[in-house]
Amino acid sequence: MEPVLSVKNLSVQFPTRRGTLTAVDNISFDIAPGEVLGVVGESGAGKSMTGSAIIGLIEPPGRISSGEILLKGERIDNLSTDNLRRYRGKRIGMVFQDPLTSLNPLYTIAEQLVETIRTHMPLSQADARKRAIKLLDDVGIPAADRRIDDYPHQFSGGMRQRVVIALALCADPDLVIADEPTTALDVSVQAQIIDVMKNMCAEYGAAIMLITHDMGVIAETADRVAVMYAGRIAEIGPVRDVILDAKHPYTAGLMGSIPTLATNSDRLTQIPGSMPRLSAIPQGCAFNPRCPHVFDRCRVERPDPIASGTRRVACWLHAPEEQAA
Amino acid sequence: MTAFVIRRLLQSIIVMLAVSLVAFVVFRYVGDPIESMVGQDMRLADREAMRDRLGLNDPFYVQFATFVGNAVQGNFGISYRLQEPVTRLIMERLPATIELAVASALIALIFGVFFGVYTALKPKSPITATVMTLSLAGVSLPTFLIGIGLIYIFAVELGWLPSFGRGTTVMVGGWRTGLLTESGLRSLILPAITLSLFQLTLIMRLVRAEMLEVLRADYIRFARARGLTDRAINFGHALKNTLVPVITITGLQLGSVIAFAIVTETVFQWPGVGSLFIQSVQVVDVPVMAAYLMFIAFVFVVINLIVDILYYTVDPRLRVGTGKR
Repeated sequence: MEPVLSVKNLSVQFPTRRGTLTAVDNISFDIAPGEVLGVVGESGAGKSMTGSAIIGLIEPPGRISSGEILLKGERIDNLSTDNLRRYRGKRIGMVFQDPLTSLNPLYTIAEQLVETIRTHMPLSQADARKRAIKLLDDVGIPAADRRIDDYPHQFSGGMRQRVVIALALCADPDLVIADEPTTALDVSVQAQIIDVMKNMCAEYGAAIMLITHDMGVIAETADRVAVMYAGRIAEIGPVRDVILDAKHPYTAGLMGSIPTLATNSDRLTQIPGSMPRLSAIPQGCAFNPRCPHVFDRCRVERPDPIASGTRRVACWLHAPEEQAA
Repeated sequence: MTAFVIRRLLQSIIVMLAVSLVAFVVFRYVGDPIESMVGQDMRLADREAMRDRLGLNDPFYVQFATFVGNAVQGNFGISYRLQEPVTRLIMERLPATIELAVASALIALIFGVFFGVYTALKPKSPITATVMTLSLAGVSLPTFLIGIGLIYIFAVELGWLPSFGRGTTVMVGGWRTGLLTESGLRSLILPAITLSLFQLTLIMRLVRAEMLEVLRADYIRFARARGLTDRAINFGHALKNTLVPVITITGLQLGSVIAFAIVTETVFQWPGVGSLFIQSVQVVDVPVMAAYLMFIAFVFVVINLIVDILYYTVDPRLRVGTGKR
């Protein structure tokens, strides 16, 4: 089946006074229709930047320096500003981290929904409003037909995030990019929001790219997961495989640092050191200074993701020639 | 809403009482009213009789109450200089001042918002650089200098526009207007520009600063991600969010425009309330001065009240009590 989204060799660069910084470095991945792809990684690993690149919202002077982004086989990374705008919100919906600041405080929910719907669909004011009420009802806002005329400040954080999800889905997109959709919410609400998002996207037929640093959310929600480190994909594959049997030492380190109730250990394993700044990425594999299994080749040569069973891993440990040796 | 308006009205009344106390003190105790009214050859006994008749021997609070009572009915006594009721003098000249003030406030608001938005949206354009540099002159040059400069260029050297007065005026239902004749409109141009220039630059810089701030907000980014047009984002979402501070400043500035029209009116010999005040100061025409003080205070109080009510219509978050959280 043709993937909804296909990212090929994408790089995003920022020219600065001290040289060009590469925030996203030559990454490739696909998202199948209806699939949920989780993207995890530390802050600054390039997760959000990848999301911004796909929807064409990288703040200048940042720019896509190479690679292709295809939405259902159609290139969207080189469109004109106006054509770019037409697929945002219509073919790709976006959910941001903070629902408290994502909605314009001066307009009612109805105004914001109807405005978005009518930008992308040839509906009358009344029909757009009906669709808006249906959307709000679907995301689980009680008495949607009355609440629709309220202002954002009259809703709680979780309810506002539901509204944001309704806004992201209001023109039947093929893909929803959710950038840390639950990070700003109460823990008790997080699971609900993830549920709403997953069910809604299934109902409206949208694939999800779920950006988060919360492994728990990924484990529950995603079909596949991409682990990002210093602007590159370290490992990508089915969620179960990656979590139960991490192949990249970085992924293994991440999994080891999650507390579980089953193993009654006093100390969690941690990865020594911290992710390098974009201006000081080491030669070879970006993870080599922190890697417990580092060997000579890692310090010189940069590994590209290598197919290994159901997944791809960017690590020399899994290169066929190294394993043979 | 109603409770709020009533509360603000009460506050306004207290402010007006305080100002009228000052006006009364000026009116009653700057010089001796009897001295101002009668000749040198009046006998002391007659003076005392006159004092009694005019109530000048009454206790302070009785006199103040009488003053306020008269003021409420629009009675501020007789001008020493012109021997006419002060209220009539002010009313005769008020149209000139209001036309000038409203014209310059409109110029300031329209061009201020336009340039403010433009310079915020196109920070790198050469027009922005020029406008920003010129605006420095607008804030820092004193009004009389700008007025004299404009007179020199457009009236003396180029001879395009009249340098003083209101031109031909016509009466429309008790309102002497210069807006309906060509010479009246031509006469209005230079003083209106002079008076507006300071406010224009102030509004422009304020709108620019607010726009730059708002354009960075999450809801603007989310609006972009929803695929709204630039026009809808910049004017519908961004500009509206800058309006609360802009309304505040514009409102207060409209008061200042009326109050500080004094200088412009003097430079252009504009027959308004400001020039009446200057002439009265020169001959210590105390009733006119006191009435002018009251009048300006009244203008400020009314404008502030309108501004507060406008907040409500712009920002739904201020409508406390109408929403449930």
